Amino acid sequence: MGGRVASLENESPLTRIRARWFARKKQYSISRNNFVGYLFISPWLIGFFLFSLIPIAASLVLAFTDYDLLASDIQFIGLENFSRMFNEDLRYWKSVNATLRYVFFAVPLRLTFALTVAMLLNTKRRGVYLYRAAYYTPSIVGGSVAVAIMWRQIFGTDGLVNAALGLDVRWFGDPRFALWTLITLAVWQFGSPMLIFLAGLRQIPAELYEASSIDGANALQRFRRITLPMLTPIIFFNLVMQTIQNFQQFTQAFIITGGNGRPLDRTLLYPLYLYRRAFVNYEMGYASAMSWVLLLTIALLTALLFTSSRQ
Amino acid sequence: MSSISVPKQVASFQLSRRQQRFLKSLVYHLIVALLGLGMLYPILWMVAASFKESSEIWTNVGTLLPETLRFENYTNGWKGIGGITFTTYYKNSFIYAGFGTLFQVAASAIVAYGFARVDFAGKKIWFTLMLATLMLPDQVRMIPQYIVFDRLGWINTFYPLLLPRLGGAPFFIFMIVQFIRGIPNELDEAALIDGCSKSGVFYRIILPQLKPAIITATIFSFYWTWDDFMTPFIYMTRPELHTVSVALRSFSDPASATDWGAIFAMSSLSLLPVFIIFIFFQRYLVEGIATTGLKG
Repeated sequence: MGGRVASLENESPLTRIRARWFARKKQYSISRNNFVGYLFISPWLIGFFLFSLIPIAASLVLAFTDYDLLASDIQFIGLENFSRMFNEDLRYWKSVNATLRYVFFAVPLRLTFALTVAMLLNTKRRGVYLYRAAYYTPSIVGGSVAVAIMWRQIFGTDGLVNAALGLDVRWFGDPRFALWTLITLAVWQFGSPMLIFLAGLRQIPAELYEASSIDGANALQRFRRITLPMLTPIIFFNLVMQTIQNFQQFTQAFIITGGNGRPLDRTLLYPLYLYRRAFVNYEMGYASAMSWVLLLTIALLTALLFTSSRQ
Repeated sequence: MSSISVPKQVASFQLSRRQQRFLKSLVYHLIVALLGLGMLYPILWMVAASFKESSEIWTNVGTLLPETLRFENYTNGWKGIGGITFTTYYKNSFIYAGFGTLFQVAASAIVAYGFARVDFAGKKIWFTLMLATLMLPDQVRMIPQYIVFDRLGWINTFYPLLLPRLGGAPFFIFMIVQFIRGIPNELDEAALIDGCSKSGVFYRIILPQLKPAIITATIFSFYWTWDDFMTPFIYMTRPELHTVSVALRSFSDPASATDWGAIFAMSSLSLLPVFIIFIFFQRYLVEGIATTGLKG
């Protein structure tokens, strides 16, 4: 806006007056926009302070106390929560282990299915939108308690999964397999990253593929040289968002495992353990410490992912 | 050994181009459809089980069709737990999801207009901060919020559930901001020159054009709120305030659950609002995801 200042020395008085008036009006309207701007964003701004900023700061403070909601006196105990967490709490490390394994398997598997099926559905054949709906439906209902209940039952010893695959696995009794009930539930919901990939695939011009076919490229080469590079930002975005979300998985784990990470804490996901510490044992200080470790871990991971994507 | 003469009509074993295409199409549809069916099978199983007699569910696990259609599972299940029927639970869920969505979407639209169309000091900082909060785990806010609400005596009320909604949600704010950016400025400027205030522009010019974005936001907000378990779970301890999601969990507690037909009936029913929205508004859902890229 600043580039249009013209020299007014040679203009008529009337022009000069009008120019001054417009300049002042603009000044006036910019400062007025401050008020209007903040007025409009005030719902979010107030909410941000009340429900995000202050709680996060409070969480940090609580992490250094022994607050347990019931006792009348809080005491600052320094790093004791953290030292207990890292040095003495075996369940803590089990929950870290379970969560890392969960994310490590669930996210790549889910994205692989999403991309593969998206490529399958990236055609103009008839009825594709029906298939798209079918593959997306699990994502719609998957977050619900209803589906979690159903999922728990189909992995029962007499359940659907065993019957369908002809197995006799005790999914919730065998520590080796229990986490897979949760992982499969996450992977089953590949529909929503699939839609994102599909949108990305549709943006790749068909001519690129045709031209490379003419040049003699086979399907694998087309995939590696065209599809993958053009999808990389989307893949990366999905990777980050899915990882962050999966670290926070609570509802399904809570319902499917009954809330205690059975068996042997092999399904004790981090948020589940945090919940137990906070709302079953009421150890709010300890749980706050746990939540900050989670926050820092996610921040670190995100930063790592971002820097590695620079290559 | 005499050579075997190869008939010149080997070409007759080759299918015509059209037949090849048809076969490829057939194979494609078969594979994709079967996989799709496999994906849906657990859901179909649950709905089918809701119509079976409870004992039958486990004896013929693989089959979908019940031997006898039983609607009693639904009427029995509706009776709920301990004298509180699902009428109460649905009422609570609709209060939470209905008002929660209303507050969240309305606030998001207002905030989005501020970010998208109004120039003010510090705008970039606040916008970046808002996006950054998308990466925050809920757990780190949950505990102090609970402590404060407990101190205020608001446990077992709807305040903790609805008040945070008045701030909108960063995800919807971002989505609507992107949408507004696609709306041409000319109408805005024309109105401003005519003396309309910035707020007036929002109300008269932008809002009417926001319909698709608002519909999309409403759909997502509603079904995420409807499915929400943790928040109502920690704030509503009294059974008469439970939402459907919380009630379902108590209803299906492995220690006391016996009537699986009723459990699956109520579970299937709880998915109905979500399904209905999905069927009628699928277009908005799919486009909404594709343009903003989001969680499932």
